[in-house]
Amino acid sequence: MPWAEALIASKSEELPSPQEGRVLSYVDALHEALALALGLDPNVIVLGQGVNDPKGMFGVTTGLHKNFGIERVFDTPLSEEGLFGVCTGAAMNGIRPVYLHNRPDFLLLAFNQIVSHASKFHYLDNGETSVPLVSWAAIGRGWGSGAQHSQAIQGLLLGVPGLKIVMPSTPYDAKGLMLAAIADNNPVLIFEHRWCMRNKGVVPEGIYEVPLGKGVYRQTGNDLTIVGTSHSIELATQAMGELSDSGITADVIDLRTLKPLDEDIIFESVRKTGKILIVDTGWEMGGVCAEIGCLVAEKCFSSLKAPVRRIGLPDIPTPAGYTLEQLLYPDVQRIAGVIKEMV
Amino acid sequence: MTIKYKYSGRGYSSRENQALSLDKELLVAFYRDMLRIRRIEEEIESRYHEDEMKSPIHLVMGHEAVSVGSCSALKKDDLIYCGHRTHGHYLAKGGSLKGMLSELYCRINGCAGSRGGSMHLLDKSVGMAGSSAIVAGAIPIATGAALSFQLKKQEQVVVAYLGDAATEEGACWEAVNFAALKKLPVIFFCENNFFSVCSSLEVRQPANVEIYKKAEGFGLPGVQIDGTQVLDVYEATQKAVARARKGEGPTFIEALTYRWRGHGGAGDDSASGYRDPEEVRHWEQFCPINGLYDYLVKKGLYNAAEKDLAEKEITAEIQEAFEFAISSPNPEEKDLYTHVYSP
Repeated sequence: MPWAEALIASKSEELPSPQEGRVLSYVDALHEALALALGLDPNVIVLGQGVNDPKGMFGVTTGLHKNFGIERVFDTPLSEEGLFGVCTGAAMNGIRPVYLHNRPDFLLLAFNQIVSHASKFHYLDNGETSVPLVSWAAIGRGWGSGAQHSQAIQGLLLGVPGLKIVMPSTPYDAKGLMLAAIADNNPVLIFEHRWCMRNKGVVPEGIYEVPLGKGVYRQTGNDLTIVGTSHSIELATQAMGELSDSGITADVIDLRTLKPLDEDIIFESVRKTGKILIVDTGWEMGGVCAEIGCLVAEKCFSSLKAPVRRIGLPDIPTPAGYTLEQLLYPDVQRIAGVIKEMV
Repeated sequence: MTIKYKYSGRGYSSRENQALSLDKELLVAFYRDMLRIRRIEEEIESRYHEDEMKSPIHLVMGHEAVSVGSCSALKKDDLIYCGHRTHGHYLAKGGSLKGMLSELYCRINGCAGSRGGSMHLLDKSVGMAGSSAIVAGAIPIATGAALSFQLKKQEQVVVAYLGDAATEEGACWEAVNFAALKKLPVIFFCENNFFSVCSSLEVRQPANVEIYKKAEGFGLPGVQIDGTQVLDVYEATQKAVARARKGEGPTFIEALTYRWRGHGGAGDDSASGYRDPEEVRHWEQFCPINGLYDYLVKKGLYNAAEKDLAEKEITAEIQEAFEFAISSPNPEEKDLYTHVYSP
């Protein structure tokens, strides 16, 4: 298995999130991760509607089929359930599929395979089968994405045993988490965010992994803990920037992975600050905010000095029109306002 | 009530004046294997009321020729995937009887470690690769297994067993379309027994549109066969397997057969009114096992004494396997937590 060797080599360096070095766009970081994986392991395949077209899934897959062949990098029929099942069956038999979708909304068509099959077989087969597959999709926001092209569905999947859910926010993480996801022997769903995909950042060359299930401090401070992933934690970081003159300091924790959830880093911080704000791109009700809020209330109650707060989406479908959309989504100012209220 | 679904096959009548096309050994093995499946299920049925097999069983009585005829055309390392009606396919592919009965008795040494039950039998050592209790759920997975063989340039083929109702699910045709597109080494084997639970085919699919012809519309050969006649099943599967191994792609086989028992549980439930009990009596006249026996006797290949010996051997094997299962240990609490994630 080439993955073990490659990743052990990278782990031995204990790479931090680097501040200096080669700068890549988020999309190029993902492209590089896929190219490295395809080059490393002949069992890796990349598929999805449009992966071979000139736009190449926002540029993430552009040209890969020319280097690695159309047997391994291929466009698919629009059969989300069927193809997710195909990926599952291939993964059960030694292939490592990376199945890309423009939007998580399309994954709703594949829930039968995701929830009842891919995530269940390892357990159902008493450990005899592994399902090393990666599903990637980019959450949309703005410009009329609306109710059916903007859904951040991670909350719907949190309660599915056997799944892993990854939500990167930086180019460094996007590459390292993609490689870790491909190397992992379980079904891993990566939910990218279209707005994070505009970012640039320092990305080392070669193979490295960002471990699944481990959060990271983006900032440290004393007044409160802010946890989240992806575009939400990016907005929260910007909100702290807006408040830089206020003297407020916070632990800003990018969870990177929602499942498995790094409970330890959350509890460690809350026991220090006594206050927590959870931010998420999905709905507040029954989602990531609700789950983490409940966990903190359950396990850190005696450390809490204020009620748990959350900023996600209200229980409303996403409107397509610009004005309504602005009212729906939390922005930097709204997050900064809540932080000020809490401190 | 009347008999809605009549037997329309020709049984062995077309073969009686023909020379043998198969070895005696193979023909006798067909008989013995079908008889064994029948006797195993009869024993399960007779003990089911004891409520020790706490698993929803779906008996295959009446379908034995499908399981034995098709699996006999496969090699050990060819894979099969099926739906909830697993017993016949599992046993015909060579699955361990002790593993199966232990699974039905919810023992730790069951073939799925007591995680699957009757609807999720598997024996990887003989290519019984898995099943799904969601109708049509395993069809794309089998197709993905076939994709893995194609990508790895391996010669194995895959059989996806499905019922008539599975052809009402989109995932079935998504998989068929993809398999035809990629010329995958998979055989879609539809067991049309005219009923889904208690819903007859006439309330589920338009009249006069045969299932195998729908498959032909996707660009792969479709064939309809007598599912009570093991030689027809064997030959049709052989042909499909040869085509798949040559890289010519998938075949869709529709075998007309009949479920002698209710959808689930022990006994014939037709007195409840969804089908005429006379319809069951009608199909019992075309028993796959007795039909082959009469044919073999007429051809001078088998006799009553040999049958008695087979019965005795099978009975002894079954009794031993039941004793093994019943005396096997139950799982412990620690077993609940293993194999959620693959290492």
